[in-house]
Amino acid sequence: MSDYPKMYLYRRLVQAKLFIDSHYAEAIDLDLIADEASFSKFHFIKLFKSTYRRTPHQYLTFIRIQKAKALLDAGGPVTEVCYAVGFESLGSFSLLFKRVTGHTPSAYLAQQQVLKAEKAAAPLRFIPGCFAESRGWLPK
Amino acid sequence: MISKLTHSSIIVLDQTSAHDFYVNKLGFTPVVDVPMPQGGRWLTVSPPGQPDVELILSPVEQNANTPEKVALLTELVKTGTFGVAVFTCDDIYATYEEMKAKGVHFKKAPTKEFYGTEAIFKDDSGNWFSLAQLPKP
Repeated sequence: MSDYPKMYLYRRLVQAKLFIDSHYAEAIDLDLIADEASFSKFHFIKLFKSTYRRTPHQYLTFIRIQKAKALLDAGGPVTEVCYAVGFESLGSFSLLFKRVTGHTPSAYLAQQQVLKAEKAAAPLRFIPGCFAESRGWLPK
Repeated sequence: MISKLTHSSIIVLDQTSAHDFYVNKLGFTPVVDVPMPQGGRWLTVSPPGQPDVELILSPVEQNANTPEKVALLTELVKTGTFGVAVFTCDDIYATYEEMKAKGVHFKKAPTKEFYGTEAIFKDDSGNWFSLAQLPKP
């Protein structure tokens, strides 16, 4: 482990990232996270971005959109999903969701519902034939 | 001419537990999860950033056709016989700390090797994987 660089820094940084991962639905004060991780705000943002390619704020938005996609995949109504992942207005949620995914939340939800129905009705269309055959799933 | 890898199998002991491990601990994306009318479940996940690569989380029972072979394969998987894949990351120390915090078991902590910095971890079944940060070109 002698070549392990700045372990204590990584642990604090990872704890801050995991805090965002588990508290994304709340009104997170990113300044507070920097304080809790014992970093200056400037140093925290710089280190976070160099490690995760996003500032803490960009990462929080990214996680909220990823979680929103998962909830919409499961069929959640758009308004409920918006508030469940920590957005305070439907307008900003829709705007950011479209910017990240290329679709509005309602269009994405509709697409996922069609895809889900297709997978349920004809699962073999989503499975390479050789695997389906070896498992005895192909019609005789 | 072969152009791309699209699917590869990982033999797992329990699909539900494997789904939790790959999605919640490794951050993989669930792709297809459908029960088959004849029994069995088709379950695939993709590594982050590679939605066109599906890893099939395939239970032992679908990979052996007799109880003896199932028992043998289970034992082989459990005891860490299979080294399955290499995953890369941008920052191995941050990734290692995060995975450890989530309870992933490492056989080898990040160590500098001639090809980059490498750690080795196991999945919830016993399969092992290399986690590498390769030198920037």
